[in-house]
Amino acid sequence: MSNVQIVNEPPVGLQGEGFLVTNLSAVVGMARKNSLWPLPFATSCCGIEFMSTMGPNYDLSRFGMERLSFSPRQADLLMVMGTIAKKMGPILRHVYEQMAEPRWVIAVGACASSGGVFDSYSVLQGIDKVIPVDVYVPGCPPRPEQIIQGIMQIQELAASESLRRRNGDQYKALLDSYNIK
Amino acid sequence: MAEVTNASVLATLQEKFGDAIEHAYEPYGMLTAFVKREQIIDILRFLKEDSTIQMNFLTSLCGIHYPNNEGKELGVIYHLHSFTNNFRMRLEVFFPAADVDMPTATVLWPTANWMERETFEFYGINFVGHPDLRIILNVEDMDYHPLLKQYPLEDDTRTDKDDRYFGRDDNKGVHFDKFPGKAQLPNK
Repeated sequence: MSNVQIVNEPPVGLQGEGFLVTNLSAVVGMARKNSLWPLPFATSCCGIEFMSTMGPNYDLSRFGMERLSFSPRQADLLMVMGTIAKKMGPILRHVYEQMAEPRWVIAVGACASSGGVFDSYSVLQGIDKVIPVDVYVPGCPPRPEQIIQGIMQIQELAASESLRRRNGDQYKALLDSYNIK
Repeated sequence: MAEVTNASVLATLQEKFGDAIEHAYEPYGMLTAFVKREQIIDILRFLKEDSTIQMNFLTSLCGIHYPNNEGKELGVIYHLHSFTNNFRMRLEVFFPAADVDMPTATVLWPTANWMERETFEFYGINFVGHPDLRIILNVEDMDYHPLLKQYPLEDDTRTDKDDRYFGRDDNKGVHFDKFPGKAQLPNK
């Protein structure tokens, strides 16, 4: 337990007594990375695993996620956990559209990622049919460790993302391909 | 008061409705009668209102599809329960897939409303006289009846499965004709 790191190192820059000179995007990235507010969209058993992930044993608060946001307008990270029926698809999309940029999406579990065992007329075959997804967590359901790994990957995305990305042509083309305004 | 048993109810029904009771058997001790479509509502009303039998509760109503059962492809099944006598039974009606009109049971039990909407949605059975026969569970624009066997159960937008490993070809689902004889009426 001797090498536990509670805080990651500060961004690379010119350091001296009481000051640090670095570039803006590194600072913003660090701030975003460590203050993600997740919106849990839990529909089935993966949601139970998420509750365990939130609880004291696994303690998601370590990652700056003490507060879950139950309003999409205040959330940075949409966590979709569980089977999404086709009837739920437009609602999920509506939630995503209400989130402000920058926003990330994590699909937790086989159902959210691909439809899982529900290869059926009533189930959406993966949420990436209706909204763009940043990280997929496989498993049926995944253990809390796997969910945490997915969240750490989202953190890496948030830390390293260019501040201009959301205004870029590639990102606009991605949203256009989902017909999201 | 006379005790209500499988034998007594069946004898009463046969005496009162004669040929309308086509066939009856008792799987797992539960009286199950196959009856004619034309008399189903009369039979249900009799069972409900008879002072001895008192079938006051419609537990369930559902559809079924046996595509190999020529002339009797589609069916509707009623589960009845008498709270007074602690007695349950089942009524089954079968009819051809080309003629899907069924009389509605909403005239007897309001609870049949949603059950018949569900049966209509999944099997396309048209309940004549139903006050509001609309889709109830699936997306509103679903344009087919998914539990009829001619439609694949699988979703054709699935992309992560290799069809060869799942007993289907061309991404069109498991074909029903590959399993002949699996869907036959029991004890018939």
